[in-house]
Amino acid sequence: MSTRDIVFVALFAALTAALGLFPPVTLPVIGVPITAQSMGPMLAGAIAGARRGAAALALFVVLVCAGLPLMAGGRGGLGIVMGPGGGFVLMWPVAAFVIGFLYERGLETLTAWKEALILVLGGVVLTYAVGIPWIAAVARVDLAKAAIGSAWFLPGDAVKVVLVVLVARAVRRAYPTLRPR
Amino acid sequence: MTPSIPGRSPLHRCPPGPKILALVAAGTALFALPRLDLALAVLGLTGWLYRLAGIPARLVLAQVRPLAWILAVLVLVQLALDGWQAGLLVAARLVALMLLAGLVTLTTRSSDLIEALQRGLAWLRPLGADPAKVGLAIALTLRFIPVLAAITAEVREAQRARGLERSLVALTVPVIVRMLKMSDDVAAAIDARSYDPDRAGD
Amino acid sequence: MIEIRHVGHAFGERAVLRDLTLDLTERRIAVVGGNGSGKSTFARLLNGLLVPTHGTVRVDGLDTRRDGKAVRRKVGFVFQNPDNQIVLPLVAEDLAFGLKNLGLPKDEIARRTDEALRRYDLLDLADHPAHLLSGGQKQLLALAGVLAMAPEVIVFDEPTTLLDLRNKRRIAQAIDGLSQRAIVVSHDLDFLAHFDRVLVFEDGRIVIDDRPSAALPAYVAMMS
Repeated sequence: MSTRDIVFVALFAALTAALGLFPPVTLPVIGVPITAQSMGPMLAGAIAGARRGAAALALFVVLVCAGLPLMAGGRGGLGIVMGPGGGFVLMWPVAAFVIGFLYERGLETLTAWKEALILVLGGVVLTYAVGIPWIAAVARVDLAKAAIGSAWFLPGDAVKVVLVVLVARAVRRAYPTLRPR
Repeated sequence: MTPSIPGRSPLHRCPPGPKILALVAAGTALFALPRLDLALAVLGLTGWLYRLAGIPARLVLAQVRPLAWILAVLVLVQLALDGWQAGLLVAARLVALMLLAGLVTLTTRSSDLIEALQRGLAWLRPLGADPAKVGLAIALTLRFIPVLAAITAEVREAQRARGLERSLVALTVPVIVRMLKMSDDVAAAIDARSYDPDRAGD
Repeated sequence: MIEIRHVGHAFGERAVLRDLTLDLTERRIAVVGGNGSGKSTFARLLNGLLVPTHGTVRVDGLDTRRDGKAVRRKVGFVFQNPDNQIVLPLVAEDLAFGLKNLGLPKDEIARRTDEALRRYDLLDLADHPAHLLSGGQKQLLALAGVLAMAPEVIVFDEPTTLLDLRNKRRIAQAIDGLSQRAIVVSHDLDFLAHFDRVLVFEDGRIVIDDRPSAALPAYVAMMS
């Protein structure tokens, strides 16, 4: 990694932390609070690419484990990873990698719909695929219940995917950072 | 940035590596052996360790509070399905783990923990992760968080002047673009100060 | 001595510097010019942060293209925005960053860090997070971090542009007080009045190269 890559990694780790500083928004009707933080892996993948994005989120998770209060609401420590939500958090680096990889692969032919699909795949499908069984294991509930509980966050995720598509497209025009694979 | 509380107890003096290993061991044991007596014993031991470290009860509660509603739901579900013992087991195990994890965090300075992590990551070297680079990235991240917060506040003010304060896109795009531009300068500044990414730091 | 021979630089298709040839030997050299005139690019060529697309830049005989690392040890660089230059979270840590990169022994690092902090009244703030410093203090920290590495020349890229009047003066005084040679890109003409030489940039060329008493009035006339 060049110096510039290291700086990028640190910036996106810091960005993910900064997203946790936004006050959570409570969705109307459903009433589930959503935080902007899970946009971190999506933005890192879509803007910094696979390698740097994954490294940024891995760094973020390591710092959280080290006890820095970087998770939304000023939480931190190994308890985050060991707790029920740990599966989601641990998947963030993987999500960033997959999103970045697919963005780089299709860079020349990206449409808003394709981008949304990539973000849903990496940022939602993949993270839930590990996050839900993790809840089931840690909390000893069966998979179906864990899945239903997690489904409350899907509308929030949909909003985030749309936001990231808009942001990533605008940033790419203003300051291109990715190279096609 | 350091959530740890100062102290001179044996727990504070213990280096971070063994503490983390002990935590991982406890976590594994609790899940491998789902027994109520074991969970309660670990919970009791954890309470004793908190006393040993001289951590006030207020902080103990603060460790568990984020879990409160999840715990409540879990215990209710387990009670309804499998009886009170299963509910108690789940609750005791979760609380014990969160408290133990919190204990490591509270009794270790984050700079020590980061240093231990940096050393602990040395085995990643064959995979291409250089501990010296990891160290620089960690330090840079801690440096950037307040800078990003300041940029965000500035941009938010500018957008408010234009009546765009409710648009997250109008806020995020300029923040990220400024951040990316800044990264060029920061990388140049690091190079200007004789940083050599190919020479592993000492 | 810095020797610049037939240097041109382009970012992609856009030429920013065109065929410059000159030697920089004076103790205080000012670089002025409008936005986009090429002066910042010029500054970055002097310590090898940028390598010219044409021609060569040599510092004491060292080519920035081949010996970038050695050149950067001789030529320090202070950026416009200290926030982009401060690398590590704590004041003393950041000061030591460059020294560690030089591979100096621990006690030497401690001695030089202490000296630099003392020089700019930052000693009490050694264990402070750098982001809590004022703008002027941050720029002093950036300067101290470069100075501690004992370069022979320091290049400043608009070091006072983001500062208020009082801090502009503090930085100007700090630059005046340097025993090293300094090359300063600035819009602050009063500060440059007692320099030894002024280079005026326009459209990638040096259009005026003279003593301040002649160059600065001509520059002002040119810009109005």
